[in-house]
Amino acid sequence: MGEPGTKEPLTLEELEATTAVRTGRKHILSILVENKPGVLTRIAGLFARRGFNIDTLAVGPTDDEAFSRITLTLDGAMHPIDQVTKQLHKLVNVIKIRDLEPDETVARELALFKITADGGARGEVMQIVEIFRGKIIDVTRRSVIVEVTGTWEKIEAFERMVRPFGLVEMARTGEIAISRGRSET
Amino acid sequence: MECLKAEGVDVVFGYPGGANLPTYDAFVDAGIQHVLVRHEAGGGHAAEGYAKASGKVGVVFATSGPGATNIVTPLTDAMMDSVPLVAFTGQVRTDLLGTDGFQEADTFGITMPIVKHSFMIQHPAEIPRAVHEAFHIARTGRPGPVLVDMPVDLTRAEIDYQPVGDVRLPGYQPTTEGNSKQIRLAAKALANARRPVVYAGGGVINSDAAEELREFATSDRLPVTCTLMGLGAFPAPHPQWLGMLGMHGTRTSNYAMDEADLILAVGARFDDRVTGKLSEFAPRAKFIHIDIDPAEISKNVPAHIPIVGDAKNVLTRLTNEYRALGPDPARLAAWWERIDGWQAQHPLRYEDTTDNEIKPQFLVEALYEATGGDVTLSSDVGQHQMWAAQYFQFAKPRRWINSGGLGTMGFGLPAAMGAAVGNPEVPSVLLTGDGSFQMNVQELATCKEYDIPVKAVIMNNGYLGMVRQWQELFWDGRYSHVDMGGWPDWVKLAEAYGATGVRLTDKTTLVKDLQDAIAKPGPVVVDVRVTREENTYPMIPAGAAAREMVG
Repeated sequence: MGEPGTKEPLTLEELEATTAVRTGRKHILSILVENKPGVLTRIAGLFARRGFNIDTLAVGPTDDEAFSRITLTLDGAMHPIDQVTKQLHKLVNVIKIRDLEPDETVARELALFKITADGGARGEVMQIVEIFRGKIIDVTRRSVIVEVTGTWEKIEAFERMVRPFGLVEMARTGEIAISRGRSET
Repeated sequence: MECLKAEGVDVVFGYPGGANLPTYDAFVDAGIQHVLVRHEAGGGHAAEGYAKASGKVGVVFATSGPGATNIVTPLTDAMMDSVPLVAFTGQVRTDLLGTDGFQEADTFGITMPIVKHSFMIQHPAEIPRAVHEAFHIARTGRPGPVLVDMPVDLTRAEIDYQPVGDVRLPGYQPTTEGNSKQIRLAAKALANARRPVVYAGGGVINSDAAEELREFATSDRLPVTCTLMGLGAFPAPHPQWLGMLGMHGTRTSNYAMDEADLILAVGARFDDRVTGKLSEFAPRAKFIHIDIDPAEISKNVPAHIPIVGDAKNVLTRLTNEYRALGPDPARLAAWWERIDGWQAQHPLRYEDTTDNEIKPQFLVEALYEATGGDVTLSSDVGQHQMWAAQYFQFAKPRRWINSGGLGTMGFGLPAAMGAAVGNPEVPSVLLTGDGSFQMNVQELATCKEYDIPVKAVIMNNGYLGMVRQWQELFWDGRYSHVDMGGWPDWVKLAEAYGATGVRLTDKTTLVKDLQDAIAKPGPVVVDVRVTREENTYPMIPAGAAAREMVG
């Protein structure tokens, strides 16, 4: 098309909208924020107010005590991610946002499962734990607590496997993530 | 106080209380003018009016608890309309925080969604930096309200004042310089457009870019329309002026948007009152969107050429690029023929009375004639606001002060008061309704006390007119709680406040009577009785498309 700065004619039909796209996939946003009062509330409030649904959220310190890292996952089918990141950028305490590329990211979640496991079922449960490289960290006559780490998908898969045995309860941290390679997230 | 002076603050609006006593003690010999308002909401709106009229940051002080909650509405209003404001609220002592102490409210939490940013002071030494950064954030980028919440014990501490020259805000770096390549592309698209429209909003006024907008639009024959907030950004009346657009905009503006092939949006945010039904908004157009706030671009309407930057900066460069292309004005001839056709066929009009009854539109025209338009006109919210936007011509920026985004009834009187303080050279006139005026009428006392000569003209129809109109049009005429009755007696009320009260009912002498009333010294209240059931037209019903304008 008629490049700017040239005399070539430009027809308006050539212009394409930079529309707010829904990508349809899961996004992991890694948000570096100032460690100041109210930051998490500001972010949570922003999501609530703009109608963005957070799937998971994890907050923790970084190597620099002035900053915290918030890792949140959300569904790109439901929200235009660029609008989400632009709104987040308006928060003064938000320093940097990375929409992590799935292929260039290492993401992990920690989950604890309390599973009914008495009698014959126990052996089977232990086998599944073994396959998922989980750890049994507490055991009673009728139940076990299992620790599993992995991607969100792996935790989901583990949950599906053990649910038939009787899942008493479950606690998950939400994913944390960091980009691959030498450069900073 | 030293911090405030360092920010160039000369006037503040406020109301003292237990939790800001130390600050108020400092006002005694600070050398900063403090206007004691009669309600904190009045203080907040006055600070807004001051900011809008002067272009400076408005400042409001309130105490903790109810003082702070009373400024929630002005803060929200300032957020919606991008008004630079800094609010200082008192807070209970740090050892009482979180204990439901007397006059304690979680001001920081309550106001979080309605401020651009906020500071909770945790140590006295933080105050100078917080004040400096609050002003910086309020006035730069897309302007907005910033709150500083200060526990009373921390404001008592004696600290050595050290000027703060820098800001440490790594997460706040607004982009003001537009991307050169995008600007060139925009110029090229405009030069190739056959049915372009310039759609300007309040951002042009905030950026003090009215002159640059005029320069750009008149470098060719580009048609210009403005949003409610943008009125005055382009000098009306003008051959290229189409009038306001949107729900109560002119047919010409809305039809032009509907048929445009290219729309240049500057400092405007495609609000629902502008677009109507989004899926049918300007269906043939491509969009260039200039905005200082990246989040506004492609929020409601996808932009084809997004330009993040300050309107003044971008328009100046766009004009140069556009001129360099030497566009052929003849390509717009057919477009102007179409526009002129609409102008001729659908001018703003109303059916005037044949007797002495005053139509509300006639009142606005009379007010324009009586003042020559050379005033700062503030308004409240409702029918009168729309009629003012339609029938008053705004030739200059910062002369039209109203609550657009939030639509706050009660905004008008304090805002007109703030405008009078912020720009004392220009007479401050308020056009209000009998509903809105009652929502902050107590500020008449402030006007009297400080001799702030606001001339308030009440378009009195005894109704909540806009709500009545909607009930008439969309709710089968079932009027529910919109009749305000005949009270108060505005003339007596004005007199009770020490202001001058005048009642006008004679259409034939209205212009002259208005002139006489406005010429009276000090605050004046003019009660003008108008046709009770008059509708604001034309109108795009909510959720409808521009093509479906009625009236």
